[in-house]
Amino acid sequence: MSEITQKPVFSKKTGFSADLLWTMGPIILALLLTTLALVAIGADPLKAYTTLWNGAFGSPEKLGSVIDAWVPLVFCSVGLLVTFTAGLWNIGIEGQIVMGAIGAAWVARTFDLPAEILIALMFIGGALGGAAWALLAGALKVYGRVHEIFGGLGLNFVAMGVTLYLIIGPWKRAGIASTSGTEPFRPAAWLLNFPGLTVGPVEIILAIISLALIYFALRGTLWGLQLKAIGKNARSAFWLGIPTSRHMLGAFAVCGVFAGLAGAEQASGVWARLIPAISGGYGYLAILVVLLSGFRAPLVPFVAFFFAAVSKGSISLPLDLQVDSALGGVLQGVVVLLFVLSQGVRAKWTQTLSS
Amino acid sequence: MRLELKHIHKHFGAVHANDDISIAVESGTIHGLLGENGAGKSTLMKILSGFIHRDAGEILLDGRAVAFKNPAEAIRAGVGMLHQDPLDFPPLTVLDNFLFGREDGFMQNRAGALADLQRFSRQFGFDLDPDALVSSLTVGERQQLEIMRLLSLGAKILIFDEPTTGISLPQKIKLFETLRLLAKQGMTIIFVTHKLQDAEDLCGKVTVLRLGKMTGQVTHPFTADQLVRLMFGQSLETRARASVALGEPILELRDICVADYRLRVPEINLQVRAGQVIGLAGIEGSGQRLLLRACAGLDQPVAGDIWISGARMNRQPYRDFLERGVAYLPAGRLEEGLVPGLNLTEHFILARRSREFFIDWRAAQDAAQSRIGEYSIRGVPASRVEALSGGNQQRALLALLQPNLNLILLEHPTRGLDIESTMWVWSQLLARRQRGAAIVFASADLDEIFEYSDRILVFSGGRVARALNAQETSVQQLGELIGGKGL
Ligand SMILES: Nc1ncnc2c1ncn2[C@@H]1O[C@H](COP(=O)(O)OP(=O)(O)OP(=O)(O)O)[C@@H](O)[C@H]1O
Ligand SMILES: [Mg+2]
Repeated sequence: MSEITQKPVFSKKTGFSADLLWTMGPIILALLLTTLALVAIGADPLKAYTTLWNGAFGSPEKLGSVIDAWVPLVFCSVGLLVTFTAGLWNIGIEGQIVMGAIGAAWVARTFDLPAEILIALMFIGGALGGAAWALLAGALKVYGRVHEIFGGLGLNFVAMGVTLYLIIGPWKRAGIASTSGTEPFRPAAWLLNFPGLTVGPVEIILAIISLALIYFALRGTLWGLQLKAIGKNARSAFWLGIPTSRHMLGAFAVCGVFAGLAGAEQASGVWARLIPAISGGYGYLAILVVLLSGFRAPLVPFVAFFFAAVSKGSISLPLDLQVDSALGGVLQGVVVLLFVLSQGVRAKWTQTLSS
Repeated sequence: MRLELKHIHKHFGAVHANDDISIAVESGTIHGLLGENGAGKSTLMKILSGFIHRDAGEILLDGRAVAFKNPAEAIRAGVGMLHQDPLDFPPLTVLDNFLFGREDGFMQNRAGALADLQRFSRQFGFDLDPDALVSSLTVGERQQLEIMRLLSLGAKILIFDEPTTGISLPQKIKLFETLRLLAKQGMTIIFVTHKLQDAEDLCGKVTVLRLGKMTGQVTHPFTADQLVRLMFGQSLETRARASVALGEPILELRDICVADYRLRVPEINLQVRAGQVIGLAGIEGSGQRLLLRACAGLDQPVAGDIWISGARMNRQPYRDFLERGVAYLPAGRLEEGLVPGLNLTEHFILARRSREFFIDWRAAQDAAQSRIGEYSIRGVPASRVEALSGGNQQRALLALLQPNLNLILLEHPTRGLDIESTMWVWSQLLARRQRGAAIVFASADLDEIFEYSDRILVFSGGRVARALNAQETSVQQLGELIGGKGL
């Protein structure tokens, strides 16, 4: 309580540009620290970064693969903006992506329809799959009093299990049961891609629309304000007459919808089938994206792009440099840690400024 | 320890919360700090105890200048503060909270702490279960815990920011005895209050603040009228109460039993009619809060029936109570009423309970501005609620109530408010009563109970006495009932 009552009232110095500054600072510092780590293990930092850069932007295909990662990151971040606003840690987002992919795969395998209709249905199936799985985590929290972090983690494992079961069981490839994935979907279920890439215009536009939609919904609607109140003090929110349980379930469901869209997009656009690790870890990564964005929607596309570039760029590190590709993960992790740290410093700094 | 504050200044944005305040307090004395809501009392005390930093000025302890970076440094130097809003950790137990700040080294000395806790409890006659969760305690009980914790940390200068607002008359008498004893032992005590009576009873010297400035310093003996004029710049007059014709029964309790894990209050029967005011008296934590929350639909009674305007409301959701015009004003303003982090405009939007989907921020801001004026809240539409002073938080809570209410349930409606605000709050409540609302309120302040109740329900030791007619009851009688005599 002391922390809440003593929090300074921030002055107007918290505009978009100040936010950008306070976000870039930790990134630069993280690069410095990673450089030190590289020097320590005897690698040439300059070469490592060039490799990283080229791995991400060296060719149109590589840039394509970065955007390929950017799309699911944005979808998931959009969903997480909603749950974070309501004060919920939706760690279960990974499982929700998986369930979205399964929903889409089921549609693709079940219906023989023209491409436009089939793909639309796949996205709807994905959204429903993700939402259902998220609602399960929500119900565990609201009715079962299971903290969403534990419920979500458990459900992630279950979702993985379900995928594996489907891939080597009912949906196995004719003749061979291989953990590499199901039979490819019929071509009508393939999302239109740019030539030579695994990403196309539909999902990019959909991701941008999703982000804009949630940005305005959280800012300008009663629903968004009510979620914010719940996130800051659920007891007071309930006292004010806000149906807190229903809103929490709703926040989970909305997040699940966007996670499901990410899953459907991965299944349809990238793999054209269901594979075991269909979530690609984008859910967990998106948690970092949202943290680093300071829960601000306008920063999400940039931060997501940075994370996508580092992820994809680091893939070529081991080939060229004998540096493990985990370097990308290290960089991402250090950035987020430093950012969270800088938020603390910033709060203190603003406090001394105002007094 | 002799304490001197010299020319203290503090700004919060445009607000000059402390404007050149100088106070000297000799050891072994009790110094009163008086002032209306928002006068800057808490700010000054937070500066002294290291919670916030001053803009200018000096603090001298026994003539030595000090500058505390944080409350831990202050307490090490012997300055301890009991805050207006208890600063404890509700999810932990009483004993855990008591352990905070103790320097036992790495290992906690739980047995030693427990012994200390029990010793202090005996000394004050506080009745706290060491294993109870703090979240289950009343505000008053949490203040008791904090008093004991500070004493155990060895504070030499003790700051009490409105300590009497949360505790009952017998507890207050005990607290005053203890304060006098502590002063006799050489402690320096600063006592922040709105209550003139408390200042008169306890303080040898009183400093009065008004709008951040010092308006005067008086030494015993002084008169209440003198203090009021220093506080408000004018004298206040109490108005006579208008009589109200009673209407339909609004609330009916039939053999209600309320309980939590440590208390069970059976067989509460009560009928409240429109226009009636019921006061719930008794030592805090005797079941008043449980009953209010049950009537509000926030907790379920263990047994019995609740009827509101002729409808049986058992096991109905809270929203149905709201729809029937029931409102409950909790005591924990920032914990269970207001949302820290949101500003006044946002609160008014949330309380509006309209069905509109999009928010018209400009209109909302204008509406908030006029509501702030109407309820004389010292703040602006963009003020976050946690930055308001205690009295203004209470005004904000009142401003959140719906315009047409049938039943208003209040827990300590004027706790922490100065006389002017208290009178204002009650004028609001009585105006609502005039319009047909029934009012049930719990208060630890017997004067308040007597002044505003038509009937009084006394809670004591797990029982409730038959409702008394306020006109026919004497203070003596009420005191005995609260103490458990004749129940
Ligand atoms: N953290 C803060 N940020 C901004 N303004 C503040 C802050 N704390 C206090 N103020 C302002 O400073 C003024 C003095 O507040 P303070 O809490 O000291 O009053 P008080 O005398 O203790 O009143 P009360 O009797 O209502 O508790 C008020 O106008 C208040 O709004
Ligand atoms: Mg105060």
